[in-house]
Amino acid sequence: MTGVAEARALTALDVDGEQALARTWATPRGLWGFLTTVDAKEIGKRYVVTGLAFLALGGVLALVMRTQLARPESGLISPDRYNQIFSMHGTTMMFLFAVPIMEAMGLYLTPLMVGSRTMAFPRLNAFSYWIYLAGGVMLYVAYLLNIAPEAGWTAYVPLSGPEYSAGKRTDIWAQMVTFTEVAGLAAAVSMATTILKMRAPGMSLARLPLFMWSMLTTSFMVMLAMPAVMLATSFLISDRLIGTHFYNEAEGGSNLLYQHLFWFFGHPEVYIIFLPGLGMVSEITATFCRRSVFGYPVMVLSLLSTGFLAFGLWVHHMFATGLPHLGDSFYTAASMTIALPAGVQIFCWIATLWDGKPRFATPLLFVVGFVITFVAGGLSGVMLASVPLDLQVHDTYFVVAHFHYVLIGGAVFPLLGGIYYWFPKVTGRMPDEVAGKWSFWLIFLGFHLTFFPMHILGLRGMPRRVYTYGADMGWADLNLLSTLGAYLLASGLLVYLLNLVVAARRGWPAGPNPWNAGGLEWATSSPPPPHNFGATPVVEGREPLWLPGEFPVMHGLDVEHREVLLTTIADGKPDIREGSPGPSIWPLLSALAVSLLFIGSIFDEWFLVWAAIPVMLCLIGWFWPKSSHSKLVKAPDDKIPGALA
Amino acid sequence: MTARLVGDLSPLPAAGFRSHGLWFWAAMGFMVIEGAGFALACAAYIYLMNGAREWPLDGVAPDLGWGTAMAVLLVASLVPNALMSRASRRRLAGPTQLWAGVVFVLNTLALVVRGFEFLHLNTRWDANAYGSIVWALILLHTVHLLTDFIDTCFVTLLLFTHPIDTERFSDVDDDSVYWGFVVACWLPIYLLIYWAPRWAP
Repeated sequence: MTGVAEARALTALDVDGEQALARTWATPRGLWGFLTTVDAKEIGKRYVVTGLAFLALGGVLALVMRTQLARPESGLISPDRYNQIFSMHGTTMMFLFAVPIMEAMGLYLTPLMVGSRTMAFPRLNAFSYWIYLAGGVMLYVAYLLNIAPEAGWTAYVPLSGPEYSAGKRTDIWAQMVTFTEVAGLAAAVSMATTILKMRAPGMSLARLPLFMWSMLTTSFMVMLAMPAVMLATSFLISDRLIGTHFYNEAEGGSNLLYQHLFWFFGHPEVYIIFLPGLGMVSEITATFCRRSVFGYPVMVLSLLSTGFLAFGLWVHHMFATGLPHLGDSFYTAASMTIALPAGVQIFCWIATLWDGKPRFATPLLFVVGFVITFVAGGLSGVMLASVPLDLQVHDTYFVVAHFHYVLIGGAVFPLLGGIYYWFPKVTGRMPDEVAGKWSFWLIFLGFHLTFFPMHILGLRGMPRRVYTYGADMGWADLNLLSTLGAYLLASGLLVYLLNLVVAARRGWPAGPNPWNAGGLEWATSSPPPPHNFGATPVVEGREPLWLPGEFPVMHGLDVEHREVLLTTIADGKPDIREGSPGPSIWPLLSALAVSLLFIGSIFDEWFLVWAAIPVMLCLIGWFWPKSSHSKLVKAPDDKIPGALA
Repeated sequence: MTARLVGDLSPLPAAGFRSHGLWFWAAMGFMVIEGAGFALACAAYIYLMNGAREWPLDGVAPDLGWGTAMAVLLVASLVPNALMSRASRRRLAGPTQLWAGVVFVLNTLALVVRGFEFLHLNTRWDANAYGSIVWALILLHTVHLLTDFIDTCFVTLLLFTHPIDTERFSDVDDDSVYWGFVVACWLPIYLLIYWAPRWAP
């Protein structure tokens, strides 16, 4: 394996060139380096690890709930504590795990997959991570102080309003949402710009990797959907703290306005979580089948149409609120329509498996698990799109089963496959395949044992969000089965994580391209150097590393200063080379100032004014003018793109 | 597989305007986000208005004068804003400084007018849902006025204190694009705040 480890990356320069570039792009050592880094890979890694930590916390909360529900009339936890736990579980999984970790995968992989040295806005990435961390820490500190959210992850009014949720619990929830949405929006802008403007020469949109298409679509969905929840929670917190009446029916407000705003975000959120998963599935399927994904144009159109349709069906979460019949029919039809692009993609992956030479390594097993589980979840989704059935099972465990099938099946299985697949690139070491397969089977079987019985429990009338149930209800056996499944699922996740932890220290060296994959990220060494690529890769096909002949590269980016190549949006032609910022403390200081504003305003609304001053000062420090990059690198100044004559 | 050199990137320029540079895309991204926020806040206004027995609720509509003055001022500011953009894209230092100064003055004036608008809304945020949504819309827009005020102030100051290179001209141009967005957002909000209460049945 020594030979593998020493295999030279395709884009590597000579030793002097690589060392000079590594010095230019290096992160300072020690604590200062930790706090100031703007390396997209470092930030991506932190984001993923933090996301996994929140998965573990949310998972432990789930186990506590399942233990409580394992037998009827259990007294393990009080009703109030149970309210906090299911609210924390949902909030953690949706806001602190699912969306952030998907974006984190994008933050790490985007520059590598498009052939760039870094992201478009490295400091914004760093700010995004710090603000996300602050929001998550605030939520769990609140939990320890017994002021955690109690009104579910949706926090419907009037339950979450000033009348029924006294104290600070819901305010904490609302501001936590603001933290995570600011983080998500910042990452989305950085990612979309990187994908549109920083692709390697020759990587036209028609050659963009499918994972990048999914992240591009997701980024725009984030930009359009997340303002809705920020508005919903800002209105909620102002109703609670400064006496506004957005949701107060007595003063002309509307409870349903909250639901509309929340679900205008909440439904696209589901697709924001699983579109990146679909992209990962495409990358894994292509690599382990040794052929391009079948029907690339159809796959791209399916991703785009899913992103579009996702904004047209939020009201199906509100069927039980009493809509006009025309509204019912429209949203039923829209909900069923979105199954079409999902179905098209499933058939394309099956065709890829059929026509390729599949090697069922752990990542591909997770893909197969995804297809089975996601199709089942999709079918129960089509059932729920039908108003009569939805009204029968509304707020029952049938719905809980459905969305776990869709979210774990549609997003977590691909994510686990994706983390395993790109792990050698990140660490330079291979995970253990036997442990990987064990973890897959434990997770797959544990998942279905946990969640399939919930369909039946829901049909038998068991409502969600109840802390216990009577022995005479006939729900005990299925609940016990579900709890056993949950422990099996948790053991599988434990094996999965332990495998990665051990492999990071003792795994076999991976070399640049251990899976013989075709994407650009495999053209550089594992782990990649600080500058990602020595020479700039040039792309002549969708899987550049599978093309015959020598690998084309370009030279000419500056070695002594941080510089990135910008290309044209559609064709990926070299356009300009722009300076890129180095390590900075301002993103962290700005995140601290914004955190002061957000948290302070929970207790005193004047923090919105006074704390804006440090925020402004930090932003001025952040944007303080740097030396002209053009002059530093003595670039030609006569033909400036976009300048007027 | 080995590498094959196919080109040299060093002759490329190191700065560009509009869609050629990265900052333009940052501004576009945040305009998409803020535009979505504005659109949803306007939708919330219309939703509450449609569900109300009367509009405004228990009160009178805002006085037209200051809001209309704001609309006129903002639309008029688009002319020096366009001239600032054109001068910056031609990389002409003097005209860029001049028009940036004019835009800055108009931006400051807009903040003063906004102060009077608050005094003539004829409702409070805690009066009822009508007052809440009116204040939400106008505050949302004020945050954008303030953001662009700080941005324009900063950019203009640098034009007079630092050497003006191509990157700086590009910053000025990006600022002009953002100001156009702030003006464009005001027009539907103006119609909702000042005219919808007069037109509502």
